[in-house]
Amino acid sequence: MAKKSRKEHEAVGKKLQNLAQVVVKAARFRRDPNIEIPTRALSNSIYDEKRKIIMLGDAKQTRSFFNLSQAKKFMQTMLIASGCNDLNDQGKTTSIRDLFYHCKHTIEGTKENTFDEQSESDPIIEDLEVAIGSLREELGLFAENKGSMVGAMTIVDDGDTIDLRRMGSGGWSVPSIVEKDVIQFKKHETQFILLIEKAAIWKRFNEDRYWEKHKCLILHGGGQPPRGVRRLIYRLHNELKLPVYVLTDNDPWGYYIYSVVKQGSINLAFESARMAVPKARFIGMSSFDVQRFNISHSVTIALKDEDKSRAREIMNYPWFKEKEEWQKEIEQMLKSGVKMELESLSSKDFSFITETYLPEKMKRKLWLD
Amino acid sequence: MKKVVPRETAESMAGKQKEIAVSEFFAKNRHLLGFDNPRKALLTCVKEAVDNSLDACEEAGILPEVWVIVEALHSAGHSHAEGTDNQAAPLKGLASKRSRSEETQPSLLEAVHPEMPHGVSPSVAKATRFRVTVRDNGPGIVRTQIPHVFGRLLYGSKFHRLRMSRGQQGIGISAAGMYGLLTTGRSVEIISRTGKKKPAHRFELQMDTQKNRAEIIVDQEQASWKPLPPAGWSAAAVAAHATVQGSLAAEPAAVQTDKTLSFAAWRHAVAAFEADPAIEEVQHGTEVSIVLEARFQRGRASVDEYLEQAAIANPHAQIHYIAPDGLQRLFSREINEVPRSPSAIKPHPYGVELGVMIRMLKETKHKHLGAFLHEEFSRVSPAVAEEICQKAGLTTMTWCAQVAREQADRLHVAIQQTKIMAPPTNCLVPIGPQQILKGLLKEIKAEFYAAETRDPAVYRGNPFQIEVGLAYGGQLPTEESARVIRFANRVPLLYQPSACAITKSVLDANWRNYGLTQPRNGPPEGPLVIFVHMASVWVPFTSESKEAIASYDEIIKEIKLALQECGRKLSTYIRRRQHAAHEGQRRHIFEKYIGEVVTACSKMTRVNKAELYKQLQAIANSRTLKADAQFDDEGNLIKLAEKPAEKDENVFVVERADPAVGE
Repeated sequence: MAKKSRKEHEAVGKKLQNLAQVVVKAARFRRDPNIEIPTRALSNSIYDEKRKIIMLGDAKQTRSFFNLSQAKKFMQTMLIASGCNDLNDQGKTTSIRDLFYHCKHTIEGTKENTFDEQSESDPIIEDLEVAIGSLREELGLFAENKGSMVGAMTIVDDGDTIDLRRMGSGGWSVPSIVEKDVIQFKKHETQFILLIEKAAIWKRFNEDRYWEKHKCLILHGGGQPPRGVRRLIYRLHNELKLPVYVLTDNDPWGYYIYSVVKQGSINLAFESARMAVPKARFIGMSSFDVQRFNISHSVTIALKDEDKSRAREIMNYPWFKEKEEWQKEIEQMLKSGVKMELESLSSKDFSFITETYLPEKMKRKLWLD
Repeated sequence: MKKVVPRETAESMAGKQKEIAVSEFFAKNRHLLGFDNPRKALLTCVKEAVDNSLDACEEAGILPEVWVIVEALHSAGHSHAEGTDNQAAPLKGLASKRSRSEETQPSLLEAVHPEMPHGVSPSVAKATRFRVTVRDNGPGIVRTQIPHVFGRLLYGSKFHRLRMSRGQQGIGISAAGMYGLLTTGRSVEIISRTGKKKPAHRFELQMDTQKNRAEIIVDQEQASWKPLPPAGWSAAAVAAHATVQGSLAAEPAAVQTDKTLSFAAWRHAVAAFEADPAIEEVQHGTEVSIVLEARFQRGRASVDEYLEQAAIANPHAQIHYIAPDGLQRLFSREINEVPRSPSAIKPHPYGVELGVMIRMLKETKHKHLGAFLHEEFSRVSPAVAEEICQKAGLTTMTWCAQVAREQADRLHVAIQQTKIMAPPTNCLVPIGPQQILKGLLKEIKAEFYAAETRDPAVYRGNPFQIEVGLAYGGQLPTEESARVIRFANRVPLLYQPSACAITKSVLDANWRNYGLTQPRNGPPEGPLVIFVHMASVWVPFTSESKEAIASYDEIIKEIKLALQECGRKLSTYIRRRQHAAHEGQRRHIFEKYIGEVVTACSKMTRVNKAELYKQLQAIANSRTLKADAQFDDEGNLIKLAEKPAEKDENVFVVERADPAVGE
């Protein structure tokens, strides 16, 4: 894997050292050591009207050591920072799971662990990213590979040339870090990118060689696309000027996945600028597709109460609120009271989705912006 | 009477009007005495017998040791077919009489086996007929008195005096016997012995409800009367005992019943004792045995609960309990001191109603009013008598016989207006805070215990004394409402809690002040047992079955004061415990993490580890000290460090290994 530049390496080291100095200084002056962490919550996410993405606001929370409810988190933050420092010193990258184990141990003289679950360390890493202003990639951390891609394109991944046309049935596994120093785009004859919510449907598209017929890249993110997949889409979109289409289930969660790709997520608002694709289009499934494609009602699923409230919530997102088309779309879902999975299209035919449904939608420009 | 009279005349009706025997009345109104249903009947029967036993022992200055044996019997038809010999008295009486002959042992055991093939009584829960046997080591009852004590209602030593005792009217045990006779036709059996030099007597009695007299079925001398083995003797213990004595060694039943407790095991132990020449005869004591229609259940208001609570209020008593399913429980004695014997008192003038006073005036043997007041009442000195007379417009020399109703009325008013010393209270024998603590400690697994005995007070001229005990925490259930256990003269009250002054007082008290949660109009919640005891020469029960204490203002007030006293101690404990836990936790958390933070920092930057550690720890200590500051009820700062827990001898705390740190 490509090494970090010497400059980058020093910058990260300096930031982590500063963090430790916060504690040392506070202790010397008998003050409560505390770290300021920009708040990662809906309350502190701002929708940038101009750039059409979600940005992190200015609100910060203070995490102090001598506060009962924060003491453990403070300690954990310092441990993660120290772990990242070790990684930086050795010039290596590692997975966030690996870092979790690196920092996990039993506190001396107790039966308590510094961390019990990875679900404890992951948000701390995100806290650290925003606190010191270094992205995970800069810290040398990556998440598990999640998501695959195939298409009419050749890339270089960590020095190896990869032809995405010849990836077999599984496709190329999208790594967590897809920065320029790792991934470079080479020759391609694609015209658009298709992000598919589910791996299973993506496999249908790959098997039917949709990308070949329609000259595109097909990707999936295994549900909510991870940072690597989103960053890759961002780069493809911006560097190669390829339009992005998102294909999800017809349910509130599908809308939300699209929303994250388009505007960024609340939790990772600080990364929106380098991941969000405001021009991404929602190609399906739409609540109107039932009529358009004459889909049998027997394959629809009734909305649950939580679906309904989620749909209403999404309806009120500022970036959906101003769009009449989207209001109609979600209203239609609430009105019909049903949702659909992409697989429901197989009630017509296995390849209905690749041979009829999507080509038709693309041709008739039946997407939402 | 030869000619039919179509209409009654006053004279003919007069011929039919006759006295109704008290016993006949109660036979028809059994619910008044606590025999409303079979389950309650069993409890009432045990309760009356045990109360009598404890009273008798205490009056004679004997440390009570009581056996309570409840045995399930077969249906009526079966038992009659078997005959009364085996069925009615296998534990004692006939059985022990026969035990002298060679055949006795096998026959007793044989009698056991066909009934209980697997060493377990046939479905105790379904049984409808039980034999309750209660034996004590009391002074015994003189032979000529036995038929009266057990065979007549309202015959007793307790009704005619103002003296604190468990029983009050002398109804209880005779009523139980009567109930048994009514429901099963079986006689009450009594064995009693008053001393070494006198033989034991065995009686079988039946009640003649018309005459309120006992009908003696059997009256004979009991040649041999052996003690019962202690509860909890396993079959193995019996076998071991028997082996030593060489009498029961080869008995297979003893082995069979080894694992599961059964009533048969108990019978073995009894038989072993009876057969053992090394065990001496009982010298004094009484045993009463009643067969009655009943139901055996455990849980609330059961025999088990009654005995558990009785054991708490009577830590000086040793109670052996053998349940019909063979479960044996020993409520052990914690205090080797017989409670002081209470003395009888004369009525106090404040408690006398006008009608009673007029009757007393009529019946008194004193001629003059002054002497009457002075002699017939307590706390009326000649000076006070004179003051009363003066206020009533009479003199001490007024003839009692000549006090008219109007004058009596004035006299009654005058009494209320005169300041008279409270009645003597040496007639009251409270359990005492130390004894309550011991009683609670042995039966309830809590961690904090407090007890309080109030000074005596007076309601309607009757002296009474309230005692409260609290047990908190430990193994008590945390999610439930506090359990209130009520006692009157050391007797547990199990029924009608909502009608009782004790329950009312508990509900009225504000437990939130003491760090407990309390829903509106409800008892407090949490791991708490509230013990309330009323000792009085005359406990004002709401009914003859003695289930609830009437709500006199004075009584409620005293109970509340006692509850508050204990509540304050409890709240001190709860606050201290919470505080200790809280403080310990805080400091603990900081200290726990300091090491980690220091190590992490040292990896990222150059730092003197030891110094950083010390600095952070100093901050931790100052932080927790500051946060420790607490405010009392009025918002004043309490300095906790300088307030050591004062030693209160009426509080007992079970120390736990580490109260502060919750993992």
